Amino acid sequence: MEAHLEKRFQDKIDQEIKIEPKDWMPEKYRKTLVRQISQHAHSEIVGMLPEGNWITRAPSLKRKLGLLAKVQDEAGHGLYLYAAAETLGVERADLVADLHSGKAKYSSIFNYPTMTWADIGAIGWLVDGAAIMNQVPLCRCSYGPYARAMVRVCKEESFHQRQGFEIMMTLCNGTTEQKEMAQDALNRWWWPSLMMFGPNDDESPNSKQSMAWKIKRFSNDDLRQKFVDVTVEQAKHLGINIPDPDLNWNEETQHYDFGEIDWEEFWNVVKGNGPCNKARLDARNKAHDEGAWVREAAVAYAEKKRKRKEKVA
Amino acid sequence: MKNWPLWEIFVRSKQGLSHKHVGSLHAADAEMAMQNARDVYTRRMEGVSIWVVESVHVTASDPDEKESMFDPANDKVYRHPTFYDVPDGVTHI
Ligand SMILES: [Fe+2]
Ligand SMILES: [Fe+2]
Repeated sequence: MEAHLEKRFQDKIDQEIKIEPKDWMPEKYRKTLVRQISQHAHSEIVGMLPEGNWITRAPSLKRKLGLLAKVQDEAGHGLYLYAAAETLGVERADLVADLHSGKAKYSSIFNYPTMTWADIGAIGWLVDGAAIMNQVPLCRCSYGPYARAMVRVCKEESFHQRQGFEIMMTLCNGTTEQKEMAQDALNRWWWPSLMMFGPNDDESPNSKQSMAWKIKRFSNDDLRQKFVDVTVEQAKHLGINIPDPDLNWNEETQHYDFGEIDWEEFWNVVKGNGPCNKARLDARNKAHDEGAWVREAAVAYAEKKRKRKEKVA
Repeated sequence: MKNWPLWEIFVRSKQGLSHKHVGSLHAADAEMAMQNARDVYTRRMEGVSIWVVESVHVTASDPDEKESMFDPANDKVYRHPTFYDVPDGVTHI
């Protein structure tokens, strides 16, 4: 029976028929999706912290409005994704509890600090840029609710990347110090951005199954290469240098060759030892704990309104 | 309460079109669901009207019964206009 159901399931996937919440699915497919979608949701939420750090110090009203709108979008992305995860039979409160206890993971990129205003430019340009590379293929993911959430997310992301690039462009056309600031931000964010695509393909054992299930459409290394190819060209427009001595155009492959990623650093940050892991979790827990009374008050108020309505009726 | 109740959100993107399901969210009551739906789903003029429905009130067809539920329509070709022959010269029909 199970084998028969599995075959029917895979046939649907192969025919590009979307899987919807109440459809039969292998338990491993469900679990893989819950893990991936919730990690993705956590990343959107934690991702608000490094940028939120600069909202009050944005250099102009225009920049403040843009950054505020971007951070608000990220909160929405978190919500779409938690809602998509919930269609798989988990509860948001449990997912959030796993984030706050440190059990669940989120994208390691958000464990790096935002030290100057240029970091806000670099994040929009590189981090949102890498996120877009990852997310566009997810719009065609086999699981309907995830794919639909990603369509909304991707529509909103392009403004994020453009506002980041514009910040970088403005700095690069500014004073020497401003251009140096932009270069410094690129130096610090380049390698962590490349790490966002995850381990090399031969180190990524679950990728094959995810590709067969069409949760994933392209391999980590393919997406990373695509990102390098487009971003190097963009850096030329800014007139700043990618911090990689091994970066070279390869006529034969028609791609850029680039240097080895420091995987030790990557795993170290994943394990919790990045510069801001602790600060991020502390900030999340503090916000959640201090918001407890608001959640309780909302329930009490809803209850009061309901009772009042009953009395009138 | 562990989670606020779940609400399904429907948005009419412009006058003349039906409301369409856009996603869901948690809220303490309908009024809060409406405010949150506005903030989450219509920040870029995506809609002119919103419906919020508490998810527990939605009754859905069973996907396991998809075949018995929808397949009979397949062999009822006489429900479609192309089933009926009309000579070439006849227009506006
Ligand atoms: Fe996002
Ligand atoms: Fe973004």
